Amino acid sequence: MSNKETTSKTLIVAFLLCIVCSIVVSASVILLKPIQEKNKALNLKSNILAAAGLLVDDATAEEIENLFLTIKPLLVDLDTGEYVDPGIVGKEAALDYDQRKASKDPALSSVIDGSEDIASIKRRVKYAKVYLVEAKGKIETIILPVSGYGLWSTLHGFLALEGDANTIVGLGFYEHAETPGLGGEVDNPRWKAFWPGKKVYNLEKGDDPVIALVKGAVDKTRANAIYSIDGLSGATLTSRGVTNLVQYWTGEQGFKKYLNRLRKGV
Amino acid sequence: MSDVKVKEVLFGPIFTNNPIALQILGVCSALAVTTSMQLSIVMGLAVAFVCGMSNLLISLIRSQIPSTIRIIVQMTIIASLVIVVDQILRAYAYEMSKQLSVFVGLIITNCIVMGRAEAFAMQNKPGISFLDGVGNGLGYLVLLIAVAFFRELFGAGKLFGIEILATVNDGGWYVPNGLLLLPPSAFFIIGLLIWALRGWKKDQVEAADFKISAHTVKEAF
Repeated sequence: MSNKETTSKTLIVAFLLCIVCSIVVSASVILLKPIQEKNKALNLKSNILAAAGLLVDDATAEEIENLFLTIKPLLVDLDTGEYVDPGIVGKEAALDYDQRKASKDPALSSVIDGSEDIASIKRRVKYAKVYLVEAKGKIETIILPVSGYGLWSTLHGFLALEGDANTIVGLGFYEHAETPGLGGEVDNPRWKAFWPGKKVYNLEKGDDPVIALVKGAVDKTRANAIYSIDGLSGATLTSRGVTNLVQYWTGEQGFKKYLNRLRKGV
Repeated sequence: MSDVKVKEVLFGPIFTNNPIALQILGVCSALAVTTSMQLSIVMGLAVAFVCGMSNLLISLIRSQIPSTIRIIVQMTIIASLVIVVDQILRAYAYEMSKQLSVFVGLIITNCIVMGRAEAFAMQNKPGISFLDGVGNGLGYLVLLIAVAFFRELFGAGKLFGIEILATVNDGGWYVPNGLLLLPPSAFFIIGLLIWALRGWKKDQVEAADFKISAHTVKEAF
C-alpha cells in the first residue's frame, strides 16, 4: 500500500469522492423528480378539493383527478377584481398558470409596500388563480390560494368560501415548515374543523376582513365568535401568521374587490 | 468473522449498547419524530439504512482515506446517502416525508451515524461494519418505537393512527395528555427508559463521579 498521507493522495481522494457523490446525488434527484412532481401536483389538487370539502377519505389518485375535473380554474385581476383571459399571462389554460413563479416575475408582480405587507410575502401578483365549484350555473364554492409567513416558513394553502363570498368552507395548507406538534398543528383536522361556518367579513360594518385567530378557545357567547377561530396553543407566531395571511388575501391587496363583485352578482 | 461476533455486533446495540440509552446519542431527532409510531418507524429505518450503508462504504475505502480529511470524507458520504434517502421518501412516501420534513435531512447531523463511521468502520472489515451500522440503526429504531408507543398512545389515544383510547374530543372518555405530544415529554420518557434499562442490566450503571463524604462536623446545637 502506498503512503496515503501525501498531499497529492489527499487531493485525489477528495476529488474522486466529490465526483462519485455528486453523480449519485444528482442521479437520484433527476431520476426521482417526475414521481415527486406528480406527487406534488396530486397533493395540490387534493388540497384544493379538501379545502372545498369535496375530498373523500382515502381517495385514490384516479378519484382525485376525476373529482378535480368538476373544478373550474380561472384567473382574476386583483386590481379590478375581474376575470381575465389566461392568454394575458401567456398560458393556454388558467390551470397552467404558476402563481408562485409569477410572484417572482417583475412583469407579473410588484413589490408590496412594507406597511401593507401584513402577510410578509414581499411581492404581490397582478393576476391570481381562483378555483370555482359550480352547480346549476351558480357558484357553490370559491377556492382562493393563500400564502403568508408564519414562524419559520411561508405557509401555502387554500381558503374556500361559500357562494356568498363570506362564509368559510375550509382552510388547508399544502406546504409549510412550522414546528411539528406546535405550529405544524395547522394540519390537524381538529383545528381545521374550527373554520367551516365562520365568516370573513362583517358586512354590516364594511368590507374589510375581520376574521382572526384568538388566544385560547373562542367564547361562543361573544358577538364576534363567528369571526374568531381558536388559536394554536404554543404557536403564537404561527397563529398570528395565519390571521395575517387570511386577512391579507381577503383584504384590499388580495381578493376583496373580486369577492365584492361576486357578492353583487356581477 | 465468527457467529458470536455477528450476533453481538448486530443485536448488541439494541439493549446492551443502545446508542440512545447508553451512549446518549441522537436524542435530538428522537424528541422530534416520536409523536407517532409510523413516523418513528420510517425515521428509524432511514437511519438504519444510512448508518449501514455509510459504514459499508467508509469501511470499503478505509485504507485509502487520508487521516487529515477523514471526517470530511465521512461527512460527504453520509450527506450523499441522506439526500438519496430524502429523495426516495419524497417520491414514494410523500405524506411521510412531509411530516418528517427537515428531520430526514438532519440525519446527517445524527451523532450515531458519524460516531459509528469513525469508531467502527474505520477499523473493521466492510461486512461487519455494515452489520454494525444496521445494528445501531436498529437500536435507535427500537428506542424510538418505545418512546413513540407512550407518546402516541397517551398523547393522542392512538397507535399507528388507529384509535385505541377514545378521546374526549372525539366523544370518548380519555382526556389526552397534551404534554406527551410536545418534545419535552420525550426527555422524560427517554430518561425513564434509561432508568428501567439500567435497572435490568446493572452493568450499564455508571460509577458515580464523586462520593459524598460522611458528615463529620458537629452541628452547633
